[in-house]
Amino acid sequence: MAVIKEKRGAAHTRILGVGGYTPSRVVTNEEVCTWIDSSDEWIRTRSGIETRRWATPAETVLEMSVHAAGKALAAAGVSGDQLGAVIVATVSHMHQTPALACLIADRLGTNGAAYDVSAGCAGFCYGVAQASDMVKAGSAEYVLVVGVERLSDLTDIHDRGTAFIFGDGAGAVVIGPSDVPGIGPVVWGSEGDKYGAITQTFAWNEAPEPESEAEDGAVRGPFLQMEGQAVFRWASYQMAEVSVKALEAAGITAADLEAFIPHQANMRITDRLVKVLGLPEHVPVARTIAEFGNNSAATIPMAMERMLEDGSAPHGGLALLIGFGAGLVYAAQVVTLP
Amino acid sequence: MALTQEEILADLADIVEEVAGVDKDEVKLDKSFTGDLDVDSLTMVEVVVAAEEKFSVKIPDDAVKDLSTVGDAVSYILKNQAA
Repeated sequence: MAVIKEKRGAAHTRILGVGGYTPSRVVTNEEVCTWIDSSDEWIRTRSGIETRRWATPAETVLEMSVHAAGKALAAAGVSGDQLGAVIVATVSHMHQTPALACLIADRLGTNGAAYDVSAGCAGFCYGVAQASDMVKAGSAEYVLVVGVERLSDLTDIHDRGTAFIFGDGAGAVVIGPSDVPGIGPVVWGSEGDKYGAITQTFAWNEAPEPESEAEDGAVRGPFLQMEGQAVFRWASYQMAEVSVKALEAAGITAADLEAFIPHQANMRITDRLVKVLGLPEHVPVARTIAEFGNNSAATIPMAMERMLEDGSAPHGGLALLIGFGAGLVYAAQVVTLP
Repeated sequence: MALTQEEILADLADIVEEVAGVDKDEVKLDKSFTGDLDVDSLTMVEVVVAAEEKFSVKIPDDAVKDLSTVGDAVSYILKNQAA
């Protein structure tokens, strides 16, 4: 009987380049306070957010992704037609099907495999894990991973608990072969018993009757909603344990890190993680939420680009990435910064 | 050995002081966490996690919502502490 021939890819992988796209509209806390009964001080204290970026109608998930991907490809020295796969992490591409990844791949000039990942705020780290494994398995030589969101489309601006949190944006990385290890083992998982902790207000096919008092009679939503205290506890404490496991899996300690880039969910969660992890003071920590807000799958690559650009993290340095969010799902890995 | 209400209150007051920066003398049974002590909902989670460790009790998310006063928290811990 004939034996199936197998393929082997690269022994090691790394992130070859990163790029981001920051939407043009700056939404201040003062503006948010025209929608909800709150104050700049209240929002800063609860979340650390000073401004968030919201996309204009022209700044679609596609356009933001193509822009971020172009920068990542240029930084990596890889052309679009070299991409064997495009993985897009998003919850705000408003088509159940087809995938946004197909449009992005087409715009970049590749017919490589293309698909979207629904893993909430962990989506980018899920994508990095998959891309690295694909390159090692020989399924693709170069893989683009995009995290992109327009959470402004899913934000109830009258919900005092969430109106100030969310933002828009895109970030992308190119992953490819490497002479030395550049992406550590992923530590990931799901906790479906907390399915309702972060969710949308109703399913797409279960839109309620329009509220009669609504000005235009239109259905409002669906919007993102979350159980703040439950998510805060899970993210601040359990994700610290996951972070430790990712460090152990990579065979390094917190002192070896040259950047800690957690998902930018809330500054208070980041503060807690740093404390529970016992992160040494010399390790720079991503805090882009102050400026960008929480843009889910896009926060980590956008923060990575920013830290490399402003020099707070060194090219070639070791960084711990951790994403966590709706599902609930999480993923963490140590990477070498491009 | 189970702690008394007074002992729990004293230890809880230490936690609230350390986590939320509230003077422990302010932490009385009739004080509400949010209204009187200005402990916001996220800081409350930090207090709860510290209390779980200190008193070896489980305080699930559903129960946290019902702990509006210091007395509520002390009663909960008193009732659920490991014998």
